[in-house]
Amino acid sequence: MKPAPFDYVDPRTVDEALDHLSRHGDEAKVLAGGQSLAPMLNFRLARPAVLVDINRVAGLDGVTESSGALRVGALVRQRQLERTLDRRFPLLTAGLGLVGHTAIRVRGTVGGSIAHADPAAELPALLACYDGVVVTRGRRGERSIAAAEFFLGPLMTALAADELLVETRWPVPTPGTGWGLHEVARRHGDFALVGAAALVTLSDGKVARARVAVFGCGATPTLAAVEAALAGCAPTTALIDEAARTAASALDPPADLHASVEYRRRVARTLMVRALSDAVGRAAP
Amino acid sequence: MTSRTVRLTVNGRTYTRTVEPRTTLADFLRDDLDLTGTHVGCEHGVCGACTVLLDGQPVRSCLLFAIQLDGTVLTTVEGLADGERLHPIQEAFREHHGLQCGFCTPGLLLTAKALLEENPAPTDREIREAIAGNLCRCTGYHFIVDAIRAAARGPQR
Repeated sequence: MKPAPFDYVDPRTVDEALDHLSRHGDEAKVLAGGQSLAPMLNFRLARPAVLVDINRVAGLDGVTESSGALRVGALVRQRQLERTLDRRFPLLTAGLGLVGHTAIRVRGTVGGSIAHADPAAELPALLACYDGVVVTRGRRGERSIAAAEFFLGPLMTALAADELLVETRWPVPTPGTGWGLHEVARRHGDFALVGAAALVTLSDGKVARARVAVFGCGATPTLAAVEAALAGCAPTTALIDEAARTAASALDPPADLHASVEYRRRVARTLMVRALSDAVGRAAP
Repeated sequence: MTSRTVRLTVNGRTYTRTVEPRTTLADFLRDDLDLTGTHVGCEHGVCGACTVLLDGQPVRSCLLFAIQLDGTVLTTVEGLADGERLHPIQEAFREHHGLQCGFCTPGLLLTAKALLEENPAPTDREIREAIAGNLCRCTGYHFIVDAIRAAARGPQR
């Protein structure tokens, strides 16, 4: 339960960090909050030759807003964001409260959780639900990658080994957008067995936009195909049930020690119904 | 691997030590500074026994590396009592039987301290939420909640 030996560098600028990453390639791991990486090091599931600690890199810890999106620097701690978000982001605030425990969120970063890409984690699914964007920097410049294209598999992302996640962008939902978030976990603070996050915008009582992201139910956070079933319709209980049933049958959840495929699919369906119903209930008509 | 010298403040005292990169803060406190009050349980951030305060905020010392912490200010359980006089939170744990074997106690005390500094009058629900990341296998938590509630109501912290 002790990490294998590694070298350690703590650059002060993004460019210095990128130098280290391009020099060491796959042998390097970026250390931000370390709340996922350090356990993997302690278990020796990860044995990088070099840790590139970005905690002292200047300019990555800001939360700003521009072009209708909240821009969250890679080093913004989960706890910090949880306590500074305003009422336009109730879904994100609620989701942050489900990440680990306070002591984990004090140190854990928003960017780190996204880059780690655990399929059962809340933040990757929330970024997908918000239709957010990951901003990366590499030696070849900056890239903006939509959440839907960023997550490729369990712990796998579109981030290249010599790139650094520098920011996540969270579009401000249209005023009146409702939200819902439900997860089933063995214990509060654990990774979810299954979870569902929903954002619903209504217009004249009909669904203008509905996004549901499911987590713990596949290799990546999954955008459930509910919008086509709901768009333009009055969101009745029957319609929500039907949309969730159809979306759940398209999911490809894993089976493991904790839950079977059928159980996860069944729970996903129920949680999608609850998250959508909450979102409709909270949306301005 | 390249060792490095770090200088940090623990419980008001400044220490300068040379550490190798892979030394966790928990092991650094126990092995390099002989501050063995910080307990090491799961070593992957689940049990909360190793919780210390970093610049006033609760963190898992098993998930940080000492080499990262040059220039920081830490509080461990050894920093709570004033000489022979227990900290009011420690006093409350004793009074309310908030410990039996004592293994989880250092982490719980510091978690409680951080909670009460931020929220001097927590509800029971808030107390339970705050200590949800600290596992105790003896008390069943009720006495710990009693102790933190009592500490919050006490004359001083």
